[in-house]
Amino acid sequence: MDLFVFLALLQDGITTGAIYLLLAIGLLIVFSVTRVIFVPQGDLLAFGTLTAGALQSGQLPGTLWLLDAVSAMALVASLSGGRRVALRGVLIWGVYPLAVTAAALILAPRQMPAVSILLALAIVTPMGPLIWRFAFRPVADASVLALLIVAMALHFVLIGLGLVFFGPEEATAPALTDGSFDLGVVNVSGQSLAVLLCCATLVLGLRWFFGATIHGKVLRAAASDRLGARLVGIDAAASGALAFGLASFIAALAGVLIGAVTPLSYDAGFDIGLKGFVAAIMGGLISYPMAAGGALLVGVLESLGSFWASAYREVIVFTLLIPILVWLSLRSGSPEDRA
Amino acid sequence: MKTRLFVAAMAAGVLGLSATTQAQIKIGAILSISGPAAAMGVGYKGAFDFFPSEIAGQKVEYIIRDDATDANTAFTIAQKMISEDHVDAFIGPSLAASDAAVAPLANQAHVPMIAMAPYEYDPAKQPYTFNDAQPLSLMVTAVFKYMRQHDVKDIGYIGFSDGWGDQVLAATKTSAQADGMSILADERYARTDTSVEAQALKLMSVHPQAIMMGNSATPAALPVVALRHRGFKGGIYGNHGIVSPAFIKVGGAAAEGVIAVTSPVVVYDQLADDNAVKPVAAAFMQQYTKQFGPQSVNPFAGYSYDAILLLNNAIPVALQTAKPGTEQFRMALRDALEKTHELVGVSGVYSMSPTNHNGQDARAAVLVQVSDGAWRAIH
Repeated sequence: MDLFVFLALLQDGITTGAIYLLLAIGLLIVFSVTRVIFVPQGDLLAFGTLTAGALQSGQLPGTLWLLDAVSAMALVASLSGGRRVALRGVLIWGVYPLAVTAAALILAPRQMPAVSILLALAIVTPMGPLIWRFAFRPVADASVLALLIVAMALHFVLIGLGLVFFGPEEATAPALTDGSFDLGVVNVSGQSLAVLLCCATLVLGLRWFFGATIHGKVLRAAASDRLGARLVGIDAAASGALAFGLASFIAALAGVLIGAVTPLSYDAGFDIGLKGFVAAIMGGLISYPMAAGGALLVGVLESLGSFWASAYREVIVFTLLIPILVWLSLRSGSPEDRA
Repeated sequence: MKTRLFVAAMAAGVLGLSATTQAQIKIGAILSISGPAAAMGVGYKGAFDFFPSEIAGQKVEYIIRDDATDANTAFTIAQKMISEDHVDAFIGPSLAASDAAVAPLANQAHVPMIAMAPYEYDPAKQPYTFNDAQPLSLMVTAVFKYMRQHDVKDIGYIGFSDGWGDQVLAATKTSAQADGMSILADERYARTDTSVEAQALKLMSVHPQAIMMGNSATPAALPVVALRHRGFKGGIYGNHGIVSPAFIKVGGAAAEGVIAVTSPVVVYDQLADDNAVKPVAAAFMQQYTKQFGPQSVNPFAGYSYDAILLLNNAIPVALQTAKPGTEQFRMALRDALEKTHELVGVSGVYSMSPTNHNGQDARAAVLVQVSDGAWRAIH
């Protein structure tokens, strides 16, 4: 392997790793706030790709009607609450879906790439809070295992819906750019640069969000000590919804980013989500920097593994992870103890 | 009704059946209309709209069931069709896994079945199983013949890291050996992989003259884009799994020049005039596209249609020995199917024998190339 090949592999690995990094962040946010291992995140990723793809080809995606239907359920549920709850419910679950639906109806036939991507993000992002509202909030105090089982069940529900909405064929999301340029000896595609830029922006944005905003601080408080946070008046339900919203936004973003280079089918998200999960585990489901390192490591390992022995790539990647995981768990105990 | 049928039969003087006969031929079709293989199932099912309602004066009843892309469901459906509906023959299943599940049942009950997926079986052990889809080896051999004619000596292989990738590689190895070519690299990727840059780099590093691909559908465009992006100048060849407009849509400019192989019916309007299949394929596809739209061309409808052509050819012979609904009829039908000789279908020409229950030859494979954003037949 010469230097050129190594650099090209490294660039490719880092681009892939950036996607895993996004997913790992989403998983970490959700787990630290709600103790849910967000398995359906991968499926929301596929929803992101397929929704953008459907909009780009001028069709209205089934996810839009799903958003409308489940939002209506949330709206009805919130009406039974107090006046403030009801007002917020009308705004979030009444006005928002109507606005998105209207925008999709008007803009989808024009088939503009940027619009398709933004609409896909707008459609898929609310799925997270809706999933939290109906699947996890009622059982929020259950054990981590019970929550994981609910998450697995949801994964199958979303896969089934994906098949109904989009059919069994793969689709691609519109590309932000199709240019490429030379960086030294390595030819970098515009899309992989877009992936890295989005990833960096998101990491910096989240850093600012958690460090400087009241909502971010609320999430951090809920994550570090659930009971303590509740004692000082932090709304556990609202912080859960916010965490799921962030995770589904990240998943949808990852979906439109990789969907531009890779055609994805309705069931492709799980495999990608699994890699993000591995990265999150390397961060002990608690440390963002370690999860980031883990994500990039998985990406680069995959790229190198594909070069050396592509048929055994997954074996190489996951085998190398075992000693790392053993070392991590010996060092710090299981994440459940801390939760 | 009974009398009318009887009068008609007598008047035509075709068969001379007894007056009490109200026999009806029952054909059970097991298709994957829903589930992950639904995109293909739609094609398989569409062809049934053009099936004859009568064969050799006998009414034909088609019982179409959906196995939801699940071999267990196919097995249950087949059981029911055998024990309750008393079908005389099976068309399908359309899924290879379902074929494997149904074949033992059909053979035990002596019901001839025409499998419509490239399913591997042994006519000696499963004498009631027939197959009208091109075997993979036939398709890959056609591609290699073209490569040999264009002086390709060494190739690199890239395929899915699943059963399909293995099967195409096995066929590729056999063909390469026969043609004296060497396979310099065997690279794999998963359908859900987000990048094949590393595999492309590896392939480039061994400098093959051409690339053979063992993948299918739109993810097949991924290595093509990566290889062309890295500046690979050699030929890129694929199997029949990649021949769809979606491949070109995803591959874009990189897909130009890719050569693959497909069933004649897919390029019915571009076949050479001396191609035996052309008139039959064109007549069928014109009808089909008239009903389902110009974008609906697919190879799978052709397999359904060839199944009924095979039965249509064999049923009159079987009727001479026994009445439908009896075991004797099914056995006679099997024997007649096995004697199929030079039957022109839309997917090829069939000549069965006790050792060959597929019966297709090189006429069942047409080479196609992407040119100006469409698949075009190479003559």
